[in-house]
Amino acid sequence: MLLGLSFVSYFYGKRLIRRRVYEQKISQHSRDSYHGLYLSLYLIIPSVILTLIWLASSPNIIDSLLKSKIKNSFPDLSLGEINILKSKVISAYDGILPVDSEQMEMLVNFYNSANIISTNFLIIISALVSVSFFLFALNRIRVRFNARSKVENILKFSMILASCVAIITTIGIVLSLIIETIEFFKIIKITDFLFGLQWSPQIALREDQVAGEGLFGAIPIFIGTILITLIAMFIAVPIGLLSAIYLSEYSKPKIRAIAKPMLEVLAGIPTVVYGFFAALTVAPLLRNSGASVGLSLSSESALAAGLVMGIMIIPLISSLSDDVINAVPQSLREGSAALGSTQSETVKLVILPAALPGIVSAILLALSRAIGETMIVVMAAGVAANLTFNPFESVTAVTVQIVVLLIGDQEFDSAKTLAAFALGFTLFIITLLLNVLSIYIVRKYREQYD
Amino acid sequence: MKDVGSMIPNQYKITTSNVNVDYGSKRALHDINLQIEEKEVTALIGPSGCGKSTFIRCLNRMNDLIEGCKVEGKIMIDDVDINSSDTDIVELRARIGMVFQKPNPFPKSIYDNVAYGPRIHGIAKSNEDLDNIVMKSLKRAGLWNEVEDRLDASGLSLSGGQQQRLCIARAIAVNPDILLMDEPCSALDPIATAVIEELINELKERYTIVIVTHSMQQAARLSEKTAYFHLGKMIEYDVTSNIFTNPKHEMTEAYISGRIG
Repeated sequence: MLLGLSFVSYFYGKRLIRRRVYEQKISQHSRDSYHGLYLSLYLIIPSVILTLIWLASSPNIIDSLLKSKIKNSFPDLSLGEINILKSKVISAYDGILPVDSEQMEMLVNFYNSANIISTNFLIIISALVSVSFFLFALNRIRVRFNARSKVENILKFSMILASCVAIITTIGIVLSLIIETIEFFKIIKITDFLFGLQWSPQIALREDQVAGEGLFGAIPIFIGTILITLIAMFIAVPIGLLSAIYLSEYSKPKIRAIAKPMLEVLAGIPTVVYGFFAALTVAPLLRNSGASVGLSLSSESALAAGLVMGIMIIPLISSLSDDVINAVPQSLREGSAALGSTQSETVKLVILPAALPGIVSAILLALSRAIGETMIVVMAAGVAANLTFNPFESVTAVTVQIVVLLIGDQEFDSAKTLAAFALGFTLFIITLLLNVLSIYIVRKYREQYD
Repeated sequence: MKDVGSMIPNQYKITTSNVNVDYGSKRALHDINLQIEEKEVTALIGPSGCGKSTFIRCLNRMNDLIEGCKVEGKIMIDDVDINSSDTDIVELRARIGMVFQKPNPFPKSIYDNVAYGPRIHGIAKSNEDLDNIVMKSLKRAGLWNEVEDRLDASGLSLSGGQQQRLCIARAIAVNPDILLMDEPCSALDPIATAVIEELINELKERYTIVIVTHSMQQAARLSEKTAYFHLGKMIEYDVTSNIFTNPKHEMTEAYISGRIG
């Protein structure tokens, strides 16, 4: 309804200004549509904001009203009993519980009427606000009125608001990570966490045994992450880079038009699909072929996870590198060719050095993607925190351990739960550093061939 | 137009006969017949889109790099057909230097820019040899005095005119015998242009130079022969002074007197 009204007011504003211009025969300041927009924005924005605030706060207000009502009716109930009764009333209101007593009926009716009053109140208030803002705006419309810059300001402000949401959310997440991590380090020494060689958080479940030394040593799981990521990069960097070079420098447009989208389809496959591909196809294959040459692979191995993860990030590297290589100016290719270099010499000596910053940042981006990957590792590499560099053994990764830590019931402030935050924070720091590094590299070399 | 080339063979450095170029279905050049003398400057003039750049790019087969571009006809350089299948394109381009419209130094040091060609062709026997080639090329391109103390600086740190001379040095470092110049001064100011023109005058003692230019004064100042192109056809080709003082074709006259183009 509000939307409809604002539509109407848009056209009303347009007509109004047309008529005034016609009557007063002065050239208008802003175009008709700005006057229309000015009116409709003034109509809709205040009441939308009001509604949002109301919806956010009214349940709390009604709740406390209900609470005090219960308290007054049954003065001998304890606080806990009041809360229980309150949730009973709300459930009964929603129709989940039957209304089984007179008091209950009274309370439900009270709750019901409070809600109705609140809704009606909201409608009236927002209508009043809308109308008054609308009249205010209507009153200000003149032929020489600067509606254009007013509308522009409103739009600018709403964009600032939108970007603030993203920034504030990020800051909030980081802050909560930091706070919980600090809590964790109050229980476990930071040196034990960073340099401990044993990871077995399960023991900390029992209150009397909170974290013996080394139990939260993060080294094994970070080694696991590094091992898997390294294997993945060994697969993805050469394949991704070579296919990017082929696509951008050698392939005919027709082949490129088919091959590039196909490569990018790889990026669209959900990681859980990669995960069971790794666990059900690649890992057994590796174990069998390993057995045939006398190597003993465990059925969950870092190798299987790394291989599949490598395949997963190939499109990331190839697609980004391809864009970067394409951005190298054609004039450099021609200059090199005119000197009599072969195509591969041009690629090696001119194109790759010029595209290097972009390629490096593509690789770093892929790296942080690989570090953050969870599903493949859970399914293919296992959850046992072995301290090993042997790719044939089962290892685990940081992300996997976070999942493991948070599954199941435990107190929120137990060391086990907090450890998840500490791991997440460490991981965040690592990927943040990688991102900063890639931005730095790109910025340092960006203008090289411009 | 008289066809002097067919009478006495071997006299011309470059002879093209019936060269046609198509971009996809669009014909860019129609039956170009042109003879270019050794160690002379030949200028190609004409309005934009007339095919003079396309023609110059035929001479070192740069059009191969363009998707959908087809070159027909015979182009003989030193009596060898460069479009035949046994022509080694790498060897061909090593013999024919090219300078482009926009200076395009590699994002490398000044030294590495000049040394690029000699390195890939293995011209230098030793490091001192390479140093020598770089120095000689930079001197010949008139850039040595300005950069001798900063050979490690990026080629892109130079001014536009210096970059273009760096590109000339890069081209002559491979020791070509033909230099193709595709509007080498169009991105430069008059002072840098004067420096490059002076350089071209010196270079023609050693190299056969084909230059595409938009400036008729430049063609008049620099070249021995001038060809006028219009809409993919060569309208007139003659000794430069004839073209500018006594053009035989009315379109040439219209162009040089500023009525078209």
